Amino acid sequence: MSTNGMESWAVDLKDVGAIYPFQGSEVVMVIIGLGFWIGWHVLQTRHESAEIEADMAADRTGEETRKAIDRH
Amino acid sequence: MEGNLNALTTIFTEFYYWVTIVMMFLIHVGFCMYEVGVSRRRNHLKTLMKNAMAIPLVTITFYFFGWWIYFGFPNGPGITGGLVTAPFAEPWNPLMGTHLSGVNPGETGVTPTDAALWHRLNGVFWGAFLLFSITTASIISGSIIERVRSGAFWIIAVLVGSVLWILDASWGWHPQGWMVKLWGYHDAYASGVVHAIAGGAALAFLIVLGPRIGKFRADGTARDIPPHNVWLVTIGLFLIFTGFWGFYAACNIPLISPATIAGQITGETWTATNIYLAPTTLSAITFNFLMSLSGGMLAGYIVSKGDPFWTFSMGLCGVISTSAGNDLYHPIQALLIGAIVPTICYKLHYFVERRFKIDDAVGAVAVHGYGGFLGVVVAGFMLWGQPSSPYEGFAHINPLGNFAGAVLMFVLGFAPTFVVCKILNGMNLLRVPEKVELEGVDFALNHVFEASVREVGAAEKAMIK
Repeated sequence: MSTNGMESWAVDLKDVGAIYPFQGSEVVMVIIGLGFWIGWHVLQTRHESAEIEADMAADRTGEETRKAIDRH
Repeated sequence: MEGNLNALTTIFTEFYYWVTIVMMFLIHVGFCMYEVGVSRRRNHLKTLMKNAMAIPLVTITFYFFGWWIYFGFPNGPGITGGLVTAPFAEPWNPLMGTHLSGVNPGETGVTPTDAALWHRLNGVFWGAFLLFSITTASIISGSIIERVRSGAFWIIAVLVGSVLWILDASWGWHPQGWMVKLWGYHDAYASGVVHAIAGGAALAFLIVLGPRIGKFRADGTARDIPPHNVWLVTIGLFLIFTGFWGFYAACNIPLISPATIAGQITGETWTATNIYLAPTTLSAITFNFLMSLSGGMLAGYIVSKGDPFWTFSMGLCGVISTSAGNDLYHPIQALLIGAIVPTICYKLHYFVERRFKIDDAVGAVAVHGYGGFLGVVVAGFMLWGQPSSPYEGFAHINPLGNFAGAVLMFVLGFAPTFVVCKILNGMNLLRVPEKVELEGVDFALNHVFEASVREVGAAEKAMIK
């Protein structure tokens, strides 16, 4: 048993195709990969929204904001 | 025609490795920027010089004995055979200098076969392996900043860079290494042989060295000591990423014929191979390097809540965690492993810091040590049953072999470093005194600098009319 179907390199390389593990599950892997990508955007958006809310809640007097502007 | 083809292949291979050496130098530019960026202003100069001087020290020692260790020890010795003679790697051999493939009258220690193979390749192979060596030593450097004596680090840099890592490379990263033969150990781009061993050594160093003053509160909880210049840190990490391309390319043999491999590969198709002489392609590692880097950075951004230091570090950890199998993984596998393993390493970093009071200033133990260790373990499962070598009679890749190999790598870094650090500590040579640590390790150098500035300024002002 081998995860890529290769048991030995006693072969002619011109007859060998893909050698990554779990061939045949490419579509599943793409779906998982797409899920990872979409999930990242969801998590990132939530995190950024929370960060912006915290920024909005900070510095009610505007003093720190003036200092930040002065610092350029 | 055959002679011309062989000559072209040799010269192409020579140039290929030479380019990888130049690229890998960027890793050390990156390490220096990164460490200086993390250190506080009063520690900059010593931090820079501590890392930079590992380059010449590891270079000369790797010339004197490191290169020979790689060829001498693949059998253990005493596990699958005895000590292997490798005259072409001995520092007094004519092939360790400019050589043009013949054998001069009276030239000792050079056979026509060795001369034909090594006259153009010895220097560039040595150089590529040397850059791996310096990288392995440099990984430790960042974690111990702002309280270590530079001399202590330089002793450990030679120990790890020119002895320990190259010994483990001889065992597990050599076409005839005993770990490959008996355990089916597979670690194509050095998750274990470079990163796990360096992480193990860094952890041992940190245990004996202790944390920086002020790192932990009275109740034992950790304070954050932020980098003084986050830009320098991130640009440093970018340069490490860039140099890592050279590292990956240098782990391959760029072009080889089945006949030269002298194994079981049949046919006439020439190929690139990994260090074990099993087929792979530069395209494979290009896919997988970028996908694992992306997995690490994307996961790092989320778990660290956008912290630049950890986002970039986890990108690096993503690559390290897939390096053992990046010659064979599918890119999406590299993406997912590169996201999951660094997330575990990030959590482990803070767990170990909190639980054991380990002050790792740059997270090197997590990124390299845990990342490399887990990378080797994961490869054992993912590549289960695949041939580890084109040679007959070698064990196939398997989870137990890779797990045992990962443990061996980590312990081989940890144990000798712990012993030597204990000895150095006993001789009061490991850590600067508390007063110097508080002043900053650059204190005297800064005074000289400021006195020079005052003196030259006064002289210039005296000239104003």
